[in-house]
Amino acid sequence: MFELFTDYTLRTVAMGAGVLGIVSGVLGSFTVLRHQSLLGDAISHAALPGIVLAFLVTGSNAPLPLIVGAGVAGWVGTLLVRAIVRNTRIKNDGALGLVLSVFFGVGLMLLTYSQSRPDASQAGLDKFLFGQAAALLRNDVITIAALGGVAIVVVALFWKEFKLLSFDPEFGSVLGFRMGAIDVLLTTLVVVAIVIGLQTVGVVLMSAMVVAPGAAARQWTDRLGVMVCLSALFGALAGVTGALLSSTGAKLPTGPMVVLSASAIVILSLLFAPNRGLVWDKWRSRRTMISAGPQERAGRP
Amino acid sequence: MSQAQLEIQAIALVTATACALPGAFLVLRRMALMADAISHSILLGIVLAFFVVGSVGSPLLIVGAALMGIVTVVLVETLANTKLVGKDAAIGLVFPALFSVAVILIARFADDVHLDVDAVLLGELAFAPFERFVVNGYDLGPRALWVMGTILALNLAGLALFYKELKVATFDAALAAALGFSPVLVHYGLMGAVSVTAVGAFDAVGSVLVVALMIAPPATAYLLTDRLSQMVGLSAAAGAVTAIGGFWLAHWLDASIAGSMATTAGFLFGLAFLFAPDRGVVALVRRRRRQRWEFAQEMLVVHLLHHEHGPDADQENRVAHLQEGLRWEGDFTEEVVGRARRRGLVSVADGLLVLTDAGRERARRSFAA
Repeated sequence: MFELFTDYTLRTVAMGAGVLGIVSGVLGSFTVLRHQSLLGDAISHAALPGIVLAFLVTGSNAPLPLIVGAGVAGWVGTLLVRAIVRNTRIKNDGALGLVLSVFFGVGLMLLTYSQSRPDASQAGLDKFLFGQAAALLRNDVITIAALGGVAIVVVALFWKEFKLLSFDPEFGSVLGFRMGAIDVLLTTLVVVAIVIGLQTVGVVLMSAMVVAPGAAARQWTDRLGVMVCLSALFGALAGVTGALLSSTGAKLPTGPMVVLSASAIVILSLLFAPNRGLVWDKWRSRRTMISAGPQERAGRP
Repeated sequence: MSQAQLEIQAIALVTATACALPGAFLVLRRMALMADAISHSILLGIVLAFFVVGSVGSPLLIVGAALMGIVTVVLVETLANTKLVGKDAAIGLVFPALFSVAVILIARFADDVHLDVDAVLLGELAFAPFERFVVNGYDLGPRALWVMGTILALNLAGLALFYKELKVATFDAALAAALGFSPVLVHYGLMGAVSVTAVGAFDAVGSVLVVALMIAPPATAYLLTDRLSQMVGLSAAAGAVTAIGGFWLAHWLDASIAGSMATTAGFLFGLAFLFAPDRGVVALVRRRRRQRWEFAQEMLVVHLLHHEHGPDADQENRVAHLQEGLRWEGDFTEEVVGRARRRGLVSVADGLLVLTDAGRERARRSFAA
């Protein structure tokens, strides 16, 4: 545990994962409330062609161009999902699955195409798929923190609008807010939260990071403010715990450990959260049965 | 064409068709993302079965993986049934967790054996012909072709035997229950088929392409027809085009076959999205435009009928007055009057508009409606 304060690499990784947890926790609260949990899955897969194109254009592995490329592709993906749902009878799930798999396939095709040319080098697909938290540098953490910080500030500025969007968008339009634009803004922030995490935990597992903290936080409270703060806390906790656990033993990859930490928080919340928790639920229904028992017996002839 | 190329195309064709059949029902039943969840979590099934069996080639791995697909569905539904999280969140919580466990198990205990996570996710169809199915020394062709051929046959048999049940349970679950066959049973049967197909296919083409092959061709077909039987057939046809087109695209670009097939599938969907006869975006825009002119002409004849024989008829029923009376722009008025004249609804004499019999009839009809 003390290594956290002494080991430079571990401290960087833990900080990166923690900051990531905070950002994805905050934005994940909204996606969970809006029943768009799998949007994150679609965005993280859809980012691949953007990363490959950015790599082909700039010819470098520098994180910022790749993040921008990922962001643009992820964003275009979400717009396509919206266009498909609006203009066809294909529902949200079909549109998400379609965009997710086709974008990923296009990215894979571009990547293998670029690698088959003689002048190309590896764009690091492994890193993108599974993340490479151990390779996080101080600069990466600063990039994550800066972009994530901007996203959180925007959430704070548009708090009222996002709240309306999550609970009663029709009422929002009646009040004169342009809910379509607000929807795009929030989705853009989710894209930011996801692309900054791809490098650390990878595609498959990043989608969990925008679901798990929010789903856990939802169990503890009915207030949006409390939920978002709790979700950020859970996200940070999962990030740091995952990083620490993966440092304890050899061959414990960071991304999956972070996801499993987040899953553990979800399970504990589902079971033990006051009011909504399953354990209390069972306990309450038993108590009701016991206390209702005598009256029922008395009522019998 | 070399023999390997022929074999690859045959495998791609069989795989795409086998995926499209259950995929059509996934899209219709709004469970497309179950394919995504299953195709990821089967990795855990494979790893666990590997620990039990101890070899990568065993067919028991397929059984283990298919079972894990069912377990995924049960877990997602149990979680969603608590009503504590939405169905979307339930999917998003379950499969990354199972996938994480699988990745950790592989990294920790199976790093030295041939269980490659990349290969699971991406697949490499180009290598599929190297694995042969050999019986008593006779080479019977690529193993993947036999595996996927069997799965395709199973899917076809299931479809033929339970077509009616699938149809009713998909479009009217309550009716299905009333008729005496359980929608739950149909649901798990379908999920079983999805799991087995995903397991067989991911070996050849990778789990992400499995999702593309299960969703994109049926989504394309869904835009082209209103009949279930036609949709299933069109899904299979779109899958076949995807397979062959994807292979040659990959050949031309010297790129991944799986990626190129997904790209082709997306391209086909894009074509349907834009140009489908009734439901495509182009048809939609044209219909909206036509309806705009139709409506304007209707307004025109109703306006004329209203003022016909009235005291202000020769004032109201002038082309020049329409701009004021109906608040139309000048160009728009010209166009509407021109269209109405060409259709014989009105005639114009000295700038005065007169309804023809057809025009009068049309106006009356819109009153009656």
